[in-house]
Amino acid sequence: MAQTPAKGIWKIITASSVGTLIEWYDFYIFGSLSTIIAAKFFPAGNPTTALLATLATFAAGFIVRPFGALFFGRLGDLIGRKHTFLLTLIIMGSSTFLIGLIPSYVTIGFWAPLIVLLLRLLQGLALGGEYGGAATYVAEHSPEHRRGFFTSWIQITATLGLFVSLVVILGVRRLVGVEEFTNGNGWRYPFLLSIVLVLISILIRLKMKESPLFTQLKEEGKTSVNPIKESFGHKENFKMVLLALFGATMGQGVIWYTSQFYAQSFILTKCNVEYEQANSIIMIALLLATPFFIVFGALSDKWGRKNIMLFGMLLGVLLYRPIFQQLYSLADTSGKEVVTNTVIEGQVGSNMKVPAVLTNYTDGTVLKVATTTSSTGVKTTKEVVLNGNTKWKMILLVTAMVLFVTMVYGPIAAFLVEMFPTRIRYTSMSLPYHIGNGVFGGLVPFIATLITTIPGTNYLSGLWYPIGVAALCLVVGGLYLSNKIEEHVTDEIAIKGEGQMELPVI
Amino acid sequence: MDKIKRILGLLWMILGPITIAVLITSAVQNISAGGTADIHKPLPWLIIIGIFTPIAIGLTIFGWYAWKGAYDGEIKT
Repeated sequence: MAQTPAKGIWKIITASSVGTLIEWYDFYIFGSLSTIIAAKFFPAGNPTTALLATLATFAAGFIVRPFGALFFGRLGDLIGRKHTFLLTLIIMGSSTFLIGLIPSYVTIGFWAPLIVLLLRLLQGLALGGEYGGAATYVAEHSPEHRRGFFTSWIQITATLGLFVSLVVILGVRRLVGVEEFTNGNGWRYPFLLSIVLVLISILIRLKMKESPLFTQLKEEGKTSVNPIKESFGHKENFKMVLLALFGATMGQGVIWYTSQFYAQSFILTKCNVEYEQANSIIMIALLLATPFFIVFGALSDKWGRKNIMLFGMLLGVLLYRPIFQQLYSLADTSGKEVVTNTVIEGQVGSNMKVPAVLTNYTDGTVLKVATTTSSTGVKTTKEVVLNGNTKWKMILLVTAMVLFVTMVYGPIAAFLVEMFPTRIRYTSMSLPYHIGNGVFGGLVPFIATLITTIPGTNYLSGLWYPIGVAALCLVVGGLYLSNKIEEHVTDEIAIKGEGQMELPVI
Repeated sequence: MDKIKRILGLLWMILGPITIAVLITSAVQNISAGGTADIHKPLPWLIIIGIFTPIAIGLTIFGWYAWKGAYDGEIKT
C-alpha cells in the first residue's frame, strides 16, 4: 500500500479535520441554542410555526442527513472528494451565518421560521456529506498500519465541535450578559462567528489536492458511473452496507448521543443542575476524554477495530443505568441537611424570576426554587448548584461515558473505509454512518420520552432504548463482523512507483 | 458459528416488521389533540415511521442474507 510521508499526512489531517470540526460546531450551536431560537422564530401557540419547528427538529436530523449522505456521497464518488467536501463546508458555513442574520418572527412574521427551517435543512444536508468525504480523504492518504490512528483525528472533530460550541456560547453569554444573550441579539454572535472560521477553512481546503487513489481511478477511467446503484443495488456491497449499519454504526450512534447529549440534558433537566455548571461539567469531561479518540484509534491498528468498538458498546450496555443513577443521586438534595432557608426577591438564577427560596446545605450545595404564576398556570423551577467535590464526581462519571464514545467512535472511520471499495466508498460509508448517528442516535430523546409514558417507569427508563440498540448491535457485530484489519483499500489500482504514492501538494 | 449466524437471521427478519408494528401502535396510542410534547404530535411520528420503514426493511433483508449464508465464514471487510 502506498504511503504519504509524515509531513504531508499531517497537513492533510489538519486541512480535513479543521473543516469537519467547524461543520460540527455549526450544527451544534443551533441545537444548543434551540430554546432561544424557538422563542425568536417559532412562538408558542401558533400552529404553523409549531409545525415548522417540528420539521426543523426532526427533518434536519432524520431525513436530510441521510439524504445529504447519498447526494454528496454520490458526488464525491463521481467528481472527487476534494470538491465535494469543499462544497459541504461552504453550504454549512453560509447557512449558519445567515441564521444569525434573520430578523425575528416579530419583525418579518411567517418568513422568519420558514427561512430558519430552510437553512437548518441545508445544514443537515451539508453535514450528511461532510464526514464521508473527510474520513475517506484522510484514509486514502494513510499508511495501512496507522490508518486507525490517522483517521481518528477526523473522529475527534465531532466531540471537539461540541466542546467549541459550548465554549463559544458560554463565553459570549458571559461577555454580553444573560439578558442580552437571551432576549437581545447576543445569541446571534456564535452563528456570525462561523463565517470567519469557515473562510479560514475554505482557504486551507482550496490548497488541497484530490485524493491520489481517486485521481488514479479517474485517470484509468475506473470511477463508478452510478455509485448509488453500485452501492445499494449489488448484493455483495449492499450486504456490507447493512452489516456496517446493524453491526457497528447503529450502536455507535446511540452510545455517542447518550454519553454526550442525553447526559447533558439529564444533568440539566432531571438533576436540575444550574445551566453554566451543567455545561462546564460536560465541557471538562469532553476535554479530559477527547485524547482517547486518538488512543483507541491507534490501538485499533494493533488490536483490530471490532474488538475496541464492541467493548465500548458493552460498557455502555452494562454501565449506563448505574452511572445515570449516580448522577441523579449526586444532585438529589432530599437527604441533605439544611443550614438556611432564605426567600429572595429579584433574579436568582440564569433564567429565574422570583420570589424564590434559596436553601443552603451543610455540604455546600445550594438549591434555588422559584415559583412563577402566569396565564398558563403555576410553574416551579429548580436549580441546584453543586459543591466542588460533587461537581468533580459528576465530571468523572461523564468522562467515563465519553470514554465509551471514544472506543466506539475512534476506530470507526478506518473500519468503514476498509469495508468498501474506492470507487463507491464515499457513498457506501456515508449512508450507514448518518443513519446510525442521525436516526438511531438522534432518536434517543424522543424514544426516551416515549418510554417514560409507560406506567411504572421512572427517570432512568428512557435509557432502555440506547441500551437495547447497543446490545442488539453488540450481538450482530460480535457474530458477523471480522476483527481482521483490511490492509489494502486501493481496489485494483496499481500504485505508482516503489510503494510510494504521489504526494499531494498543499 | 455459521449455524448460529443463519438461525439468528430468522430473528432479524421478524424484528423488522415488529419494529414498524410497535412504532405504529405507539403512534396511535400517543397522538392526541391536546398534547404539546413531540410524542403527541402526528408529524414527528410520520417522519420517524417514514424513515424507519426502509431501515426495518433493511433489517429484514439483512436477516434474509444471514439466513441464506451470505455472512458465513470470516467476512472480509
